[in-house]
Amino acid sequence: MKKNIDIFEIIANNRLNHEYVVLELALKGKELPEMHPGQFVQVKVDNTPATFLRRPISIHDVDYKKGIIKLLIQEVGEGTRWMGQLKEGDFLNLVYPLGNWFKLPKSEKVLLVGGGCGVAPLLFLGRVLKANGIKPRFLIGAKNKEYLIGLNEYEELGEVFKTTEDGSAGTKGYVIHHPVMKTQTPDFDTVYTCGPDAMMKVIAKYAESHNIECQVSLENTMACGIGACLCCVTATTDGNKCTCIDGPVFDSKLLKW
Amino acid sequence: MVKLDVDLGNGLILKNPVMTASGTFGYGEEYNDFYDINILGGVIVKGTTLHHREGNNYPRMTETPMGMLNAVGLQNKGVDYFISEIYPRIKQFNTNMLVNVSGSTIDEYIATAKKLNDLDEIPAIELNISCPNVKEGGMAFGTSCPSAVAVVSAVRKVYKKHLMVKLSPNVTNITEIAKGVEEAGADSVSLINTLLGMAIDAEKRKPLLSTVTGGLSGPAVKPIALRMVWQVSQVVKIPVVGLGGISNATDAIEFMLAGAKAIQVGTANFIDPTVCVKIIEGITDYMIRHNVLNINDLVGDLQM
Repeated sequence: MKKNIDIFEIIANNRLNHEYVVLELALKGKELPEMHPGQFVQVKVDNTPATFLRRPISIHDVDYKKGIIKLLIQEVGEGTRWMGQLKEGDFLNLVYPLGNWFKLPKSEKVLLVGGGCGVAPLLFLGRVLKANGIKPRFLIGAKNKEYLIGLNEYEELGEVFKTTEDGSAGTKGYVIHHPVMKTQTPDFDTVYTCGPDAMMKVIAKYAESHNIECQVSLENTMACGIGACLCCVTATTDGNKCTCIDGPVFDSKLLKW
Repeated sequence: MVKLDVDLGNGLILKNPVMTASGTFGYGEEYNDFYDINILGGVIVKGTTLHHREGNNYPRMTETPMGMLNAVGLQNKGVDYFISEIYPRIKQFNTNMLVNVSGSTIDEYIATAKKLNDLDEIPAIELNISCPNVKEGGMAFGTSCPSAVAVVSAVRKVYKKHLMVKLSPNVTNITEIAKGVEEAGADSVSLINTLLGMAIDAEKRKPLLSTVTGGLSGPAVKPIALRMVWQVSQVVKIPVVGLGGISNATDAIEFMLAGAKAIQVGTANFIDPTVCVKIIEGITDYMIRHNVLNINDLVGDLQM
């Protein structure tokens, strides 16, 4: 896929809670290239001494007609905090779309499991699945109900199961504790997951033990984002692979984690 | 019209002094979506070794103030894979494609250089005796004068085209090593490779790199690189190629004034994949503003 470098205008910064925002970015004067769920953008940050490199951010949603992409940002460090403060009319320089993407499932029975900021690519994935005649079901885990964010958008696409660590909403515990995951006869043939490694490992183990296909989206620190520097590798059965171009989506069975 | 081409000797002529540094530009193809890489003076492709190397474990990179530390560890599929799979794809580029060569032993350097000597469209190699991220070889050759001389002399015997030698800044006196490799037959020297550095996560009380230490690059190292380029250009007659934190045309001009006949852009490619286009344009603008008709007139033209 051709990589682009473009300047987007921020048309909205929707704060979801004290740690999460959704940035809506518009590309003016030209059409958005085709993008796929699981792909990411490299955001140029303000280039202060402490925020030198670009930040890889998953594509949260795309509206080709309006020429808009959305990024879900969790403010974890100086770079993402800077992004969280951006206002309407500010500009962001993106290199995009990067990386591979989630593959369509073999059957219609799918589950999309996201934890924390890992839900980011699953909204776009749900939209694409639905457009392909597959009804997505989501399982979303969060610390507490304040962190279960933007649920209505997922609910528009399909059923949403919820877990919170403190039990303030949905099933108490982690995603793996939800009844949909605990059964010995799971009702899905493909699971897509993005979130903390510990969560994805548990999902992958469950999927593998039930012979379910598991596509995981990894997050590694990156420099170039385009396969040039070989910094963001992950160990696979086929040697070290770049998360940025060989991933971020991997078949869980290939990962040595 | 200003004259931008520079002759580095032994058949290596660049259409302009801007090259991309090894390990930051892949095989050039990665950046060809952003601009036509044929406008570059040269591309130095990924460090290549005799045998396949998996490189170091993740995490291999961490951001630091105005720079980054890396510990990739020369991950590559070996010179035979390069020759059979990559060379056929990149040989049609209309710019100088140089191969950066590394090894664990002198014999490995010799064997790799010998194979590359036969490739018509590779006009030069950059001998990497300065990689800080491998346990054996690499920087070990470039931090002592006798071993640097030994590896360069040995490769010189089998490699007939332009031999550029990339120097390590992790030494007491870089001019001694530069003089040594010049006498051993190098056609040019490039400097600096990364500076050995370290970063710690205080909360976790752990090093941020799997290898504990790694190589520092980016604007943070620029003043050191500039100083070393200036020092080395005082003592050698062969061309000096400057690199270390170059992020814009002004940086490039500074290195040329300090004595570099050509420059390499590395880490800056990660932040702006089109930075080299801007640097080439900016050098031309500078020359017009300063009424310099030939880029070679800027080399070493520092007014003291």
